[in-house]
Amino acid sequence: MIYCHKFRILKNEETIPGHRLMIVDAPGISAAAVPGQFLHLRCSDSTDPLLRRPVSIHRVERDKGLAHMLYRVAGRGTALLAGKMPGEYLDVMGPLGKGFTLPLPGERVAVVGGGIGAAPLFFLVEELIRECPPNNMVSFFLGAASASQLPPASVLHSPGLEVHTATDDGSAGYHGTVTALLESRIDSGPAGFDRIYACGPAPMLRSLVRMAGSLGIPGQVSLEERMGCGVGACLSCACKIKDRSADGFLYKHACTDGPVFDMREVYYES
Amino acid sequence: MRVNLAVNVGGIIMKNPVTTASGTFGYGPEYGRIIDLNRLGAIVVKGTTLSARQGNPTPRIAETPSGMLNAIGLQNPGVDKFISEALPFLRNYQLPVIVNISGDTVEDYHKLAGILDRAQGVGGIEVNISCPNVKKGGLQFGSDPDSAGEVIRAVRRATSLPVIAKLSPNVTSIAAVAEKVAEAGADALSMINTLLGMAIDIKSRRPVLGNIMGGLSGPAVRPVAVRAVWQVYRAVKLPIIGMGGITCAEDALEFIMAGATAVAVGTANFVNPRATIDIIDGLEKFMLENNIKDINEIIGIAQ
Ligand SMILES: Cc1cc2nc3c(=O)[nH]c(=O)nc-3n(C[C@H](O)[C@H](O)[C@H](O)COP(=O)(O)OP(=O)(O)OC[C@H]3O[C@@H](n4cnc5c(N)ncnc54)[C@H](O)[C@@H]3O)c2cc1C
Ligand SMILES: Cc1cc2nc3c(=O)[nH]c(=O)nc-3n(C[C@H](O)[C@H](O)[C@H](O)COP(=O)(O)O)c2cc1C
Ligand code: FES
Repeated sequence: MIYCHKFRILKNEETIPGHRLMIVDAPGISAAAVPGQFLHLRCSDSTDPLLRRPVSIHRVERDKGLAHMLYRVAGRGTALLAGKMPGEYLDVMGPLGKGFTLPLPGERVAVVGGGIGAAPLFFLVEELIRECPPNNMVSFFLGAASASQLPPASVLHSPGLEVHTATDDGSAGYHGTVTALLESRIDSGPAGFDRIYACGPAPMLRSLVRMAGSLGIPGQVSLEERMGCGVGACLSCACKIKDRSADGFLYKHACTDGPVFDMREVYYES
Repeated sequence: MRVNLAVNVGGIIMKNPVTTASGTFGYGPEYGRIIDLNRLGAIVVKGTTLSARQGNPTPRIAETPSGMLNAIGLQNPGVDKFISEALPFLRNYQLPVIVNISGDTVEDYHKLAGILDRAQGVGGIEVNISCPNVKKGGLQFGSDPDSAGEVIRAVRRATSLPVIAKLSPNVTSIAAVAEKVAEAGADALSMINTLLGMAIDIKSRRPVLGNIMGGLSGPAVRPVAVRAVWQVYRAVKLPIIGMGGITCAEDALEFIMAGATAVAVGTANFVNPRATIDIIDGLEKFMLENNIKDINEIIGIAQ
């Protein structure tokens, strides 16, 4: 079921500089959604800007019927979103796309988010905590440019959850990229992982996929591509997926085949 | 009062004048999860070629003022897979299925039309001689009236299905192309395909689209499209499927009054997945309010 109508905004406020948390009253969406899926938002009633904007489902509160989104004010569309007041209605389409698949019982899981890519992973971590323990150990790795840009992981209350942070400028946690942090944890012995889930900027995912591949750790990544329809009709959101054809890849579509793909399937030019 | 919305587009009987623009509506199931496809007057599916095409590198779209550029590059699985995998789904619906075809050569178009003529459940063929996003073929045929005529003649020879020629606005005289394809045996015309355009990312100092240039669509192109329908309606006697930036019933009425027998909704589907249904309902409401018993009464009424 894809919902497509106006939902009431309950909250839309800045959480960390340049980022906002929006909560909409959307019981159907919060009940149906799985981690990794996204919503396609119409930022204005006018024809300019024309297209919808894809934003991941950050968290859900199923008991209250709420869907959360965490977004970075990046350009015109998200600036218009930032101007919406609680009580106003927002045209939302979703939930869309294929989400993450949960790990096998007992697997040790690393969830790795870079920048705003962390947004959908909060939902994933909460689902992992709810569905998997006591058998699964979950470590959440969060990377950002600096301390002020780290989304607060304190909302995820769970004794079993380990949170590790990395910043590019060293103002909080590990000084370096979140991929390097993960690598250092794996190198340092006991903290091995059986499965990795990740979302973040393309260069980060690329190095993470390479690292996981060389270590033989399976996992999934959520990819970003410009979207038109969000439902597989326009073929805009093409992602290169490995294939035995002459090109070595074929195009799959982030909005319907993804945005979550198996790490081993993602094609990168050498 | 009951109003008649049914129209006849060159032998394709549509229960209302609203269809989808090729490439904006997939093969049906994509939007079939949101709207009832049976309400559509017809469906026009994604452009199909003889063999499979990968399409262009990304980014494939760029938003522009009240519009968008696209350079998808006709990604499609090829006509055989279309027939075996996409067409069966559409046979479950009571609506004409119009297949949009593209080729590199006149021979390609001829073969495609022959293959589709033998397939079960095809209601018509829309011949894309106006795609700006592929290296060979496409626009190259559409921009020259004689080659456009040649493509349509080849398609006409291969099929008894209704043949719709899809015209490009990227020409000096769209009426001249319309006259040639009418002579060549087209049963109907559709217009407009996208306008060739481009956008530059000033931060990276590079073109935005992976393909550099792309086709402009959406509300921004509507006046150009209405003008094209107006001119062609005067030049030839064939029914016209009008499209280009239609978002609501009022927009659709502009095309019908300019001379379109039917309209297609493209880019607007991305913004409002129920656009086609809203337009059908809106047309009926307009007719009731204005005491119009038959939609055919107002085709070309602005002329
Ligand atoms: C599946 C998916 C999930 C996403 N989830 C989130 C999220 O949870 N939080 C968040 O802050 N952002 C998320 N994004 C990125 C978000 O869609 C863009 O930041 C947003 O579209 C920018 O719009 P704008 O008008 O503000 O920027 P502009 O730069 O003005 O946008 C211009 C055009 O480019 C597109 N565009 C720009 N940046 C991106 C991008 N990174 N990805 C895809 N399209 C882009 C826009 O949609 C628009 O069509 C997600 C993207 C995808 C594909
Ligand atoms: C993403 C996209 C893909 C398209 N693909 C095709 C195609 O395969 N064949 C074709 O004839 N036209 C194609 N078109 C053109 C549309 O069918 C239509 O002519 C054009 O977009 C104008 O209508 P609109 O403004 O309502 O979108 C495409 C348009 C878009 C936006
Ligand atoms: S956004 Fe249209 S196919 Fe993915």
